[in-house]
Amino acid sequence: MSAIAPERTGATMQAIGESQTIRLAPNYWPFVVPALVVVGAVIVFPWAFTLWMSVNRWTLGQSRSFAGMENYLRLASDPRFWESLVHTLTYTSLSVAAPMFFGTVAALIFDARFPLRGLLRGVFVMPMMATPVAVALVWTMMFHPQLGVLNYLLSLIGIPAQEWIFNAKTVIPSLVAVETWQWTPLVMLIVLGGLASVPREPFESAEIDGANAWQQFRYLTLPMIAPFLMIALIIRTIDALKSFDIIYAMTQGGPGTASETINIYLYNTAFSYYDIGYGSAIAVVFFIVIVALSFILLMLRQRSQWIDAEGK
Amino acid sequence: MSSRLLNQIGLFFAALVIVSPAILFFLWMISLSLKFEIDNGAYPPILIPERFAWSNYVKVFEENNFLLYLWNSVLVTGTATLLALLIGVPAGYGIARLKAERSAVVIMIARMTPGLSYLIPLFLLFQWIGILGTLWPQIIIHLVVTVPIVVWVMIGYFETTPMELEEAANIDGASSWQVFRLVALPIAKPGIVVAFILSVIFSWNNFVFGVVLASRETRTLPVAVYNMLSYEQVSWGPLAAAALVVTLPVLVLTMFAQKQIVAGLTAGAVKGG
Repeated sequence: MSAIAPERTGATMQAIGESQTIRLAPNYWPFVVPALVVVGAVIVFPWAFTLWMSVNRWTLGQSRSFAGMENYLRLASDPRFWESLVHTLTYTSLSVAAPMFFGTVAALIFDARFPLRGLLRGVFVMPMMATPVAVALVWTMMFHPQLGVLNYLLSLIGIPAQEWIFNAKTVIPSLVAVETWQWTPLVMLIVLGGLASVPREPFESAEIDGANAWQQFRYLTLPMIAPFLMIALIIRTIDALKSFDIIYAMTQGGPGTASETINIYLYNTAFSYYDIGYGSAIAVVFFIVIVALSFILLMLRQRSQWIDAEGK
Repeated sequence: MSSRLLNQIGLFFAALVIVSPAILFFLWMISLSLKFEIDNGAYPPILIPERFAWSNYVKVFEENNFLLYLWNSVLVTGTATLLALLIGVPAGYGIARLKAERSAVVIMIARMTPGLSYLIPLFLLFQWIGILGTLWPQIIIHLVVTVPIVVWVMIGYFETTPMELEEAANIDGASSWQVFRLVALPIAKPGIVVAFILSVIFSWNNFVFGVVLASRETRTLPVAVYNMLSYEQVSWGPLAAAALVVTLPVLVLTMFAQKQIVAGLTAGAVKGG
């Protein structure tokens, strides 16, 4: 809500400004044109081409022929695709929930003042910036069933050794642990930004009224940072759906196809089997899944803002 | 007073707990990279070995052409970032001044699009023009990452810079280009620094484009490290050393430019919804 108000006043001021200086209005389009050309070449063209490829029978090195909706129909009856969709949704929901929880907790801690806060926050942000492949490599070593440090740590507290990414049952939760480790800081940063915009006064009067810490969090902090939580949720969902580096570098979708998400299946189809027609169809459907989920979340966000405005 | 002190100590330890996975991970990474094979295979695991295996780092550069791959990474990231700044800073300015909020949607869609879906068509395109053996395919496709970041950060930045000076210069008869170059650009320097840092980091870390487009001579560092894992002897010390070499520049940048990175990411994120 605090994000909307300045925009609105900015727009009205701009409108007034425009009506006064209409004849002097400078031309800003030349600034944008080069970027439009580049975006057209590396973003719009690939999309148009992908759509076209997806209605063709086309394996690299063989001749191409028009296929109509064939690839899409094949997709609908492809068990491996449906399996990968389930993996994607499982992976995504876990990789959104865990960072959201830990990120919010971390933000509440880092919003307070304490010794070495800046240094600790710096270290906390590092996983997000570290090169994913390097991260995946070290985690693979830590997950090693015999020599890995994680099983040793588990043994210290009496938990039996796990097979982590080497077992079909535990591979997705293990990958989610890495994703959570890496992306909790982004949630923390967004929520921290929200906490910084929370005014002090309501808490002072709540304190006087005898509200305890949990009540203050539940009825004051949480509603005020709700828009920021929503933004974090949307960004995290998009990123988790698209996750590739960590999964590919650690398991390539294995063992078997136990951790094969749509993105990995897309990669395998296009660049292992060179079936680019079918791969393009997967890309199109995958994109639709991402846009649909983001759209649902955006609608929720608008609703939460609306409720927010009503509440005010 | 003492209860406040207790409170601070409590918060410090809570923070330590939540940061500990990051601390332990990086400590373990360093430890792995400095141990001989025998110490890396020891059970229970050893954190600090008696003898440090500095030779692991020497091996990385001697045996795997790492200097070439480092240079490739510098070229790809450097060129893709400079091009993105050249194109993206004016674009961010134009979009902010035009109040063209729809163009922000294009960038949002770029963010939603999985990198792989650019790869199939651009791979074919690069094959047809015959530039597949060079670094250009990777530089061009990295623009998919760097241009949206730069435009995004710069829109946010130019929206907050004051209009009055620009309007005054405009009334004094300066052309749009002069206003941009002499008035808007100098004020936006901190924003450009943020855009530069974020663009460098995300381009440097990129893996998916290289894994498809790079040949033996054009690998970037993340791809080179991944290939070590899959094809070379699986010897943990040199592997961990290689992983550390790849990610060290980014981590150092993160430590030194923490403020700018936080500002850029949260600005981008908060606008991102």
